[in-house]
Amino acid sequence: MSAEAKNSIEFPKDLLKEVGRLTAQYPEGKQKSALLRILHIAQAHFGWLDVPVMDYVARLLHLQPIEVYEVATFYSMYDTKKPGKVKLEVCHTGPCAIEGTEKIITYIENKLNIKVGETTEDGIFTLKGVECLGACGYAPMLQAGHKYHEHLTEAKVDELIERYRKNPVANYMEY
Amino acid sequence: MRKLLLDKIHVEGIETYDVYRREGGYRSVEKALKMTPEEIVEEVKTSGLRGRGGAGFPTGLKWSFLAKPDGVPRHLLCNADESEPGTFKDRYLMEKNPHLLIEGMIASSFALGANASYIYIRGEYMFVLKIVEKAIAEAYANGWLGKNIQGSGYNLDLTITCGAGAYICGEETAMIESLEGNRGNPRIKPPFPAVEGLWQRPSVVNNVETIASVVPIINDGGAEYAKIGIGRSTGTKLISASGNINNPGVYEIDMNMTVEEFIYGDDFLGGIKNGKKLKACVPGGSSVPILPHYLVTKTAKGEDRLMSYESLADGGFESGSMLGSGGFIVYDEDQCIVRNTYNFTRFYHHESCGQCSPCREGTGWMEKVLHNIEIGKGSMEDIGLLWDIQKNIEGNTICPLGDAAAWPVAAAIRHFREEFEWHVQNPQLCLEKNYGLVAEKTFEVEPA
Repeated sequence: MSAEAKNSIEFPKDLLKEVGRLTAQYPEGKQKSALLRILHIAQAHFGWLDVPVMDYVARLLHLQPIEVYEVATFYSMYDTKKPGKVKLEVCHTGPCAIEGTEKIITYIENKLNIKVGETTEDGIFTLKGVECLGACGYAPMLQAGHKYHEHLTEAKVDELIERYRKNPVANYMEY
Repeated sequence: MRKLLLDKIHVEGIETYDVYRREGGYRSVEKALKMTPEEIVEEVKTSGLRGRGGAGFPTGLKWSFLAKPDGVPRHLLCNADESEPGTFKDRYLMEKNPHLLIEGMIASSFALGANASYIYIRGEYMFVLKIVEKAIAEAYANGWLGKNIQGSGYNLDLTITCGAGAYICGEETAMIESLEGNRGNPRIKPPFPAVEGLWQRPSVVNNVETIASVVPIINDGGAEYAKIGIGRSTGTKLISASGNINNPGVYEIDMNMTVEEFIYGDDFLGGIKNGKKLKACVPGGSSVPILPHYLVTKTAKGEDRLMSYESLADGGFESGSMLGSGGFIVYDEDQCIVRNTYNFTRFYHHESCGQCSPCREGTGWMEKVLHNIEIGKGSMEDIGLLWDIQKNIEGNTICPLGDAAAWPVAAAIRHFREEFEWHVQNPQLCLEKNYGLVAEKTFEVEPA
C-alpha cells in the first residue's frame, strides 16, 4: 500500500469526536475497553477491517497492531475479508431452523445465484448463515446492516433485495 | 397474573424519560438512596431472587460475596449478551422499557457501592444499544446519573458497550475479558469476579432481567416479592417462547403455573400450531436437556410439571431439564430431533472459544457424527461414540460452554435413541420423512 493510501485511512472529525467520547468512558489507562465499539465504527466507515484500517485503530488507541488483529479475528461480526455492500445474515440456529430458515436461504441462493458465504458478482450482496440473533419468536429472520427483518416470507425477501439493490447502503451499522 | 417487569410495556412512550417517570419510574432509586446498602442487599436476599441469566444462583448471596477492599473501586456489570438460542427476553425488555434496566442499575450499584457500572450488550443488538444509550443520556440530564444523584452525595457513571458476535461472552469471565477489549476467552476460576473481575477489581455480573427485578423488590419489599411464585422460585420470570406454537413471544409468568397451562392456555402459547401434536420441548434455552412429549407437562412421578426452577429440574437429567434462561422452544410431531441436535451442536462448535481441547475438538467431532446420522450415513456405533464424546466434554472445560454443548446431545440420545437408530437403519427413508413421536418410557422413581 502506498504512503498516500495509508494516510487516507483516517476518521472524519465527527467520528474522531465519537471515538473520544467512547474512550473517555473508561478510567485512565483502560482505553482498550473501547476497542470493540471503535472497530464497529471503523467497519461501518471503511466497509471492512483491512489490515491498514486495523493498524489505524491500533494507533488511535495506542495499542500494538496484534492486539487489534486478535480481537478482530475472534468476533464473528467483524469482516477481515471484503464483503459485499449489503450483508444478508440469515439466522440458521434451532428455532429459526424449525420455522423454515433453510427454505429462505435456498430461496435467496437461487435468487442471487450465489451460495452461502459468497458475494454477488456486482459486489452488492453477501449471503451468510449466522447463529442465533435473539429473534426466535419472530422466525425466520435475517439481519442486514443494523436492521432486523423478521417473519420472513419469499415475498418479503423479494421486496428486501429490491430495496437494497436500489440503495446498497454501507454494509454495516449506521453511526 | 401479576406483572412486575412488563406491566408498563404497552404504555405509549414508556421508552422516554418523561412518560417513564410519570408512570412512577425511578421511585426505587429515591427509596434506595434513603436506605443503607446493607439494607438493600438484605431486601434482595429476602426476595429470594435468583439469577435470570440461566444459572439461577441467588442474587443476594452473590452480592454479599463482593470483596470490599479499601480504596479499590468495584463495579456492577450487566450481562446483556443474550445469545442462548431460544432466548430473546432481555432484548424485549431493553427495547421497550430501557429505563427499567437503568433504574435497576442505579439502585443495585448503590447497594454494591459501585461508582462506575457497565452494561455489555451483544453487538448484533446495536439497535437496542442505541435505545438504551439514549435513555442513559436522559437519566443523566435528569439527575439520576452522574455526580451527587438527587442530592444524595452518591455518584454513579453508567456506560453501555457492546460485543461483536460471540456467544461465549455471555459467560461472565469471558464478558469481562471482552469488556477489557480482549478476545472473549473465559478465565480460570478462582479468582471469581467478586474478588477479581473487571480490571482485577471486585465485580458483580448480573443479567438484565435480574437487575430489572431489583426495582419491584425495592419498591414493594423483598417479602412481598417472595410471596409470588412457589418454593425457591420466587417472583415473576420472563419466558421467551418460540417454535411450533400459536403465540410466540415474551411472557412474564408466575412460576407457580403449570407447563400445561403455559403451552395450551389461550393467554399464553395457545397450543401447538396447525393442530399438531407436541413432540418435544426445550424449556430453558438450547443448552438444557430436551424433554420428550410425555415428560413436558408431567414429571416422571406423574405430577403436574410447573414452570419453576425446581419442577422443571424434577427427575434430574434422567427425566427432567432446567428453567435455564427461559428460552422455551416447542417442537411439533413433524420435527426431527437428530437434525435439531445436529443444528445445536453446529452452534456450539461455531461458538467454542477454542481454549480447551475437549470443547474445541469435541464439539466439531459431534457435529460431524451427527451430520452423518442426519443424512443417512451413520452407523449404530456412532450413537455410542456420540455418548462417549459428550461425556468427555462435560465437566472437563474451563467454562460451562462445554457442559452446554454436551447436555443437549446426551438428552437427545437418552430420550430419542430409537429415532437415532431409525435414522441409521433407514438411510433413505430418513431423508424423505421424519420419525414422529417416540414411545413413552417409564422411570424408576421414588414414591412421591
